[in-house]
Amino acid sequence: MKRLRGKAWRVGDNVDTDQIIAGRYLSLTDPEELGRHCFEGSYPHLAGGFGKGDIIVAGENFGCGSSREHAVIALKALGASCVIARSFARIFFRNCVNLGLLPLECPSGVAGIEAGDELSIDPAEGKVLNLTRGLAFHFGPWPPFLEEILAAGDLTTYVRRQLSQV
Amino acid sequence: MGLTITEKILARAAGRGAVEPGDILRVKVDLVMGHDVTLPLSILELGRMGAARVFDAGKVVAVSDHFAPASNVKAAEQIKAVRDFARDQGLVHHFEPGCGQSGVCHALLPEEGLILPGYVVVGADSHTTTYGALGAFGTGMGSTDIAAAMALGETWLRVPQSLRLYYHGQPGRWICGKDLILHTLGRLSVAGAIYKAMEFCGPVIEKLAMSDRFTMCNMAVEAGAKNGIIAPDATTEEYLKGRVTGAYEPLTSDSDACYAVTYDFDCQDLEPQVAFPFSPDNVRPVQDAAAVAIDAVIIGSCTNGRLEDLRVAGEILRGRKVARGVRLIVIPATQRTYLEALKEGLLEVFAEAGAAVGTPTCGPCFGGHMGLLAAGERAVSTTNRNFVGRMGHPESQVYLASPAVAAASAVLGRIAHPEEVAD
Repeated sequence: MKRLRGKAWRVGDNVDTDQIIAGRYLSLTDPEELGRHCFEGSYPHLAGGFGKGDIIVAGENFGCGSSREHAVIALKALGASCVIARSFARIFFRNCVNLGLLPLECPSGVAGIEAGDELSIDPAEGKVLNLTRGLAFHFGPWPPFLEEILAAGDLTTYVRRQLSQV
Repeated sequence: MGLTITEKILARAAGRGAVEPGDILRVKVDLVMGHDVTLPLSILELGRMGAARVFDAGKVVAVSDHFAPASNVKAAEQIKAVRDFARDQGLVHHFEPGCGQSGVCHALLPEEGLILPGYVVVGADSHTTTYGALGAFGTGMGSTDIAAAMALGETWLRVPQSLRLYYHGQPGRWICGKDLILHTLGRLSVAGAIYKAMEFCGPVIEKLAMSDRFTMCNMAVEAGAKNGIIAPDATTEEYLKGRVTGAYEPLTSDSDACYAVTYDFDCQDLEPQVAFPFSPDNVRPVQDAAAVAIDAVIIGSCTNGRLEDLRVAGEILRGRKVARGVRLIVIPATQRTYLEALKEGLLEVFAEAGAAVGTPTCGPCFGGHMGLLAAGERAVSTTNRNFVGRMGHPESQVYLASPAVAAASAVLGRIAHPEEVAD
């Protein structure tokens, strides 16, 4: 898994998937269109200035609520390279792994990152560097099974390989 | 050390004698469900996975309920994609409004006898937890996970720790499953059960009707739970009679099973509960909301759109009118419920009261269609979420409550205790 670099954008606790992409947009399937409505109504400033590769830094229970995978698709289309949170809602966490958006559970990192900080992430090392403040944080390894999916890139690729071996 | 009901179901599905919380298992799935919002993405991923066929056409269920009947052309395309998929794969169970039995998936599947105690059910919808009311393991996942389950007939799961939620006391006349679960969310918070199984038990649960049990397990996900579950008993058996044909072995938790935490709930003096905007855990007794004027009332959804819910609302609305300036929308959760409510005269009661009675659909619950809220509007809803913008404009507000509170509120034009209206 390659290194990531981007600017931090802070959001709060219990950010639900309705805030990431509202229900009225769930008849959309085009990622670009979904990305345009990401955080609309909830974090409009973020929707405006987010750059490619930037990083969401969230509190507890990020991605709670609806199972809509559109939330991960919209975040990716917005440009997010990964999400760092104190904790994740479980369906959202799975969706991130399955679609190849890194979910990093890193409470110490969340405490030491302010909006606008420049971050560098080394997934293989399990390290988040706050380049702006000269701080380093660690996140734990994923279970081996999840590592396999992340290494494949996404769950679809992982299953395709599995099916082709049968 | 004994096992909880959740651990027993997962152990069996993984072909193991025992499991422990934290174990990661590959489990066989008994049923896989997707709907018109999530299934089109699954269909796409199935193609990319190179899976020509689903693992079992009898165990993959497709339900068009969110935007159906189609609210716009894009939704029509999605619903058509689901319909075509069901036809091409020869799915035994495909449901759509206007095509016989249909309705909101989590009300529909149990009603159709597709959920058995002990089943492992995965659905591309977070409220798949509902099926725990029948002693099944039900959990929500995203579309790609569901595509993998459809292709392989199995999925991976981490065995959750279990929470034991014990309810006792004699609840009052107007207290129902919705009040119990809202009260529980108020105590646990929306992050209080992340990754955990919520096992509801105790004398109050034992006396609870199936409809109320569905409501409670439905909203377990609102505390972040992986699943909600209630041990099957005589009430479960009664519900399943005539609906299911296959044999099943009801599992229950061992007396020495291990729980992460036990919560005790005294229901003796519990008042009807209301979740204030913008979170299902922002819960207070109905009296605290009595000054809140409202614009709309919505009764329906997989949480509270069952026949029993409509009966309670009908009891309050019979011979009364919706308050001036308030609109009431009643949406029976399934076609069968719609027909029963029609035969019982309930739909007439609602229509006489001034309500708009709709075709079974998720509709307004997720902000899709059929009665959304404008900026600044306030609604009382029997649904499950009141997040920012959930049912319409980001500046609208939703108060979650039981069908009894919703009906009473519709009559008085403000949030009301049912006893203010009922005889």
